[in-house]
Amino acid sequence: MELELVHFQVLSAALFSIGIFGVLARRSAVMVLISIELMLNAVNVNLVGIAAFSDRAADVRVFGQILVVFIITLAAAEIGLALAIVLRVFRNRGSANVDELNVMKW
Amino acid sequence: MTAQLVVFYVLAAVTVVGSLGVVLTRNVVHAAFMLLVALLAVGGIFLVATAEFLALAQILIYGGAVTVVVLFAIMLTRSNEQPRADHSQKPIAALAAIGIFALLVVAFVATDVASLDQATNVGTATESGFEALGLGLFTDWAIPFEMTSLVLLVALIGAILLARNVEDGE
Repeated sequence: MELELVHFQVLSAALFSIGIFGVLARRSAVMVLISIELMLNAVNVNLVGIAAFSDRAADVRVFGQILVVFIITLAAAEIGLALAIVLRVFRNRGSANVDELNVMKW
Repeated sequence: MTAQLVVFYVLAAVTVVGSLGVVLTRNVVHAAFMLLVALLAVGGIFLVATAEFLALAQILIYGGAVTVVVLFAIMLTRSNEQPRADHSQKPIAALAAIGIFALLVVAFVATDVASLDQATNVGTATESGFEALGLGLFTDWAIPFEMTSLVLLVALIGAILLARNVEDGE
């Protein structure tokens, strides 16, 4: 049995659904953000797998990896900014649980 | 079973167990460390797929930066009482996750990726991945690359502004 593209894709699907579960099931906003990181990593695994198994020329194939570089950068920016917002919310409202932050809920 | 496949299976198992630990453990600090384990294993997966630079970046950014930031956020948003960790919609969340996993796996297995299917050239790359990646980043993708540096700068300033204590400023 050889390593195939579908292995990467199934791993990516597993990571993504675990992330979905975390986003929906956890109460702490920090845990929701951690789960979003898991989902972003699922996308990265998928892109790297496709980049590795493409039969295009190497200079085209590397585009998949370049997209991953951008995703990692934006994920880092996102988690920094989002955790700053969570900190602010915690300071103002005394709680960082997503089900208690319902001021804007109709 | 090739050695490559065995290594992949081990790393994939560590990744899945680690991320399940992230979403299932009650202790948030443990969750942060499980996240570190899962993301380092993903870095290993990148190595198996001959993406050396991404493996390095993964270890540096997630192992070094993100986990520390998350730990700080966990420490700073701690309340005294130990409340329940899970939302009341947990069963629906599990159902949604299993449904999406099934859908994705069926889609991946059923899709005949014609131009990708026959190739099994992982590990046979002759030139270094670094070289092609660097060339691509600074030629075709130079403008998006510069844009991400702008995004990082904006995020940095925004994070400082948001997390600053306004009361003892001004």
